[in-house]
Amino acid sequence: MHPVTLTVNGKPHELTVEARRTLADMLRHDLGYTGTHLGCEHGICGACTVLLDGVPVRACLVFGVQADGAEVRTVEGLAGENDELSDLQQAFSDHHALQCGFCTPGFLMLAEAYLAEPEAKTMTEQEARELTASNLCRCTGYQGIVDAILATARERERARGRGRT
Amino acid sequence: MIGASLPRKEDPRLLRGLGCFGDDVDAAGQLYARIVRSPVAHGRITNIDVSRVRGNGITAIVTAEDLPDLHRIPVRLTVEGPDLSGYLQPVLAAGTVRYAGEPLAVVVGEDSYACEDAADELDVDIEELPPALDAQTAPQAAELTRAYGDPGAAFRQAAHVTEITVTIGRHSGVPLEPRCLLAVPAGGDLHIYGMTKVPVYNRDLLARMLNVDQHSIHVHPVDAGGGFGIRGEFYPEDFLIPWLAKTMNRPVKWTEDRAENLVAANHSRQQHHTVRAAFDGKGHLTALTDHVIQDNGAYCRTHGISVAELTIAMLPGPYRIPAYRGHASIRLTNKTPCGTYRAPGRYEGTTAREHLMDVAADQLGIDRVELRRRNLLTKADMPHRRPISTLGTDLVLDTGDYPALLEAAVREADRLGYRAPDDSTRTRHGFGLAMFVEKSGLGPRETADVTITEAGHVVISAGGTTLGQGIETVLAQIAADALGAPAANITVITGDTDKQPFGTGSWASRSTVVGGSAVHEAALAVRQEALSHAAKALEAAEQDLEIVNGEVVVRGSASGVGCADGPAARVSLAEIARTAEGGLSARRTFEVDHMTYPYGVHAAAVSVDEDTGAVTVLRYLVAYEVGRAVNPMLVEGQLRGGVAQGIGGALLEEFGYDADGQPQSVSFMDYRMPTAAEIPRIDILLTQEHPSPGNPLGVMGAGEGGINAVGAAIANAVRDALGRPGPIASLPLTPATVRTQNP
Repeated sequence: MHPVTLTVNGKPHELTVEARRTLADMLRHDLGYTGTHLGCEHGICGACTVLLDGVPVRACLVFGVQADGAEVRTVEGLAGENDELSDLQQAFSDHHALQCGFCTPGFLMLAEAYLAEPEAKTMTEQEARELTASNLCRCTGYQGIVDAILATARERERARGRGRT
Repeated sequence: MIGASLPRKEDPRLLRGLGCFGDDVDAAGQLYARIVRSPVAHGRITNIDVSRVRGNGITAIVTAEDLPDLHRIPVRLTVEGPDLSGYLQPVLAAGTVRYAGEPLAVVVGEDSYACEDAADELDVDIEELPPALDAQTAPQAAELTRAYGDPGAAFRQAAHVTEITVTIGRHSGVPLEPRCLLAVPAGGDLHIYGMTKVPVYNRDLLARMLNVDQHSIHVHPVDAGGGFGIRGEFYPEDFLIPWLAKTMNRPVKWTEDRAENLVAANHSRQQHHTVRAAFDGKGHLTALTDHVIQDNGAYCRTHGISVAELTIAMLPGPYRIPAYRGHASIRLTNKTPCGTYRAPGRYEGTTAREHLMDVAADQLGIDRVELRRRNLLTKADMPHRRPISTLGTDLVLDTGDYPALLEAAVREADRLGYRAPDDSTRTRHGFGLAMFVEKSGLGPRETADVTITEAGHVVISAGGTTLGQGIETVLAQIAADALGAPAANITVITGDTDKQPFGTGSWASRSTVVGGSAVHEAALAVRQEALSHAAKALEAAEQDLEIVNGEVVVRGSASGVGCADGPAARVSLAEIARTAEGGLSARRTFEVDHMTYPYGVHAAAVSVDEDTGAVTVLRYLVAYEVGRAVNPMLVEGQLRGGVAQGIGGALLEEFGYDADGQPQSVSFMDYRMPTAAEIPRIDILLTQEHPSPGNPLGVMGAGEGGINAVGAAIANAVRDALGRPGPIASLPLTPATVRTQNP
């Protein structure tokens, strides 16, 4: 058993886990962050995507001990201070980007990381589609997800433009 | 409220990661279960040695010998005629294993990882037997026929006959959330988390198998990560986990992994069609026949042979066919058993029929759209009674204008530039079109309770379940419409057998139609009761009252202020709920004898790379008549999602087996579901011109119209691109398949 110290959505946690315990199981079953979902446990579907020190990872392919000392962000950390949906979450609802919602946390975290990158400012529909192709969704046919990510990128860029003037 | 694309009630919790999926639920002191599955396709179990894996936190290992009875899971959807009792799946294999993945034993322990280790270490000796893998030569479990008229005579007199064969690959719904179940014993009762789709049926069946009273089993609602026909059926685990919890008197939790899911949950679709059409000299269909061989896998599960029945019952589709004979032979192979997958039987049958229409049109020298136009049933034919039955109901096409929708779809495809010329020498463009009739709103009944709480909140206890389709939003809109209460102020409870013990469930595109009608009638009853109370309180006539934003007001009293010494001009629903004897609540059951039949046209533009055989879907159009859309955004979402799944089955997804019957698709690397890179932007032409006459809302189902004709439209487009005179429909059209079709 190994001690692990990490923060999840800014909240510090200390626990002891088996070396082989995945980050996904640790988050879900040891720490109660059940918003991170497991769809395949072999790194294809991306439903378990979380941010590990800002970088999107498949939490099923990372061991809990590898997150020692790290800052982890999960879907539960996206909403604002007053529990208001973030612009990205709101865009997912507006564009009907989710049906069963099982894959949604993974797409949100994937997009959250990409939208923080400089190239997101000029995101095209093709780029949004390529990003979306990283994960699997079985319900929506992806169009709403592509549209929601693209709309958020454009709205953030517009907001930045307004901030500059 | 009805007709508005309101935001979904489900979204806020799901977007926050606060949904409650099956594996999100834990019980104090729970044990974990791991199923041990057969590693071989066919064989005799000679020994299961449990001695080596006892200890190490392992509480129990259970084999068929430990069960009180060898339970077999009965058929839920029975088709009159064939006796399937000899082909039902036992909850644990005893003596013989019949597919790789069949449950042999259950390991129960304190830690899920340790259970998985122990399951791997279990010594199972199986004397292998040769597997049956080819349905053409495999034993037959049942056969059935749906027929009318005299096809033999029609074929003898035909001016032209076209016959083709079409095969549909083995694939399935594959929801992104694997199956899971938690059973918690408490005070002699059992609480179940993870059942969905048909929770009341499953509760009752479980009660019979456990020999307990059905009311001692409480199925609690969970979010479900996609249904698509396969989730929520009663599987071996649905007996084993509750039985273990009851026997051990401890909570037991089971969550399958993806490798298990792909060999354990229902497969679907695998059929071989020999379909044949007779035409007169003017290109009119005079007869249609189809002989279907269905590879059903190792057992008949809860769907029995209903997929084969739906295939041959729905095969005639939108056309006027004077004589018809559909025959299906259901064969048993040593593969995972099959069940329904979204648009069961129609995806398969539409592919066969619509591919036949294209091949026949080319042989007759008639434009492909024109051949369909000549043979479609028209508005004047409606309602059209086909002298055959399906799912125990007479097949009566209730309403519609098929030719008008065909014209609209062709116009739309042309407007959007679907029929573009080839743009390079090695890439060929093709255009494919397919028309279909869908079915929806299967009865016999659904029940809903609508209650206004003393706080003025509206609570609906519905008989359906949440599967991702947005049922909470849709039912809230229907109730809001009847009650004059904002949809945001309505809570919809689904999948709870205590709160709605009469639910029939969410399947067969029935929840908006049958469940929605039950909510509509219950909400109207509550409205009537509220008005009658308010009439007394306000000293006004009922017909002068209306409900606005949760308050009953005297119509036209804009200020809503009564005279100082006269009666009040308004009373809130909350107040009425507080003062009315027995509260403000109604239960209504909506019963319906016939299904309602929406219909549509799919059109695909594809490119085919002649060198590699790779097919790219460039554009995709769905034109669909839905009667009335309660929430158009959700209807379009259903259609788009269906198209994506349909493209998967047409081009990518297949459960392959090797010569020993070993499954070759046990991960998402080899079971290839489409990503955003394979799915184009999907165009929708949604029409609401022919409300269903069979329900008070005029609605038709939307769950399956998006997938129904995808195999057909893609196959037709690829054939068009390749310019083949004969059929090419052997789905999935992988690059290798396309290359061999186009040597």
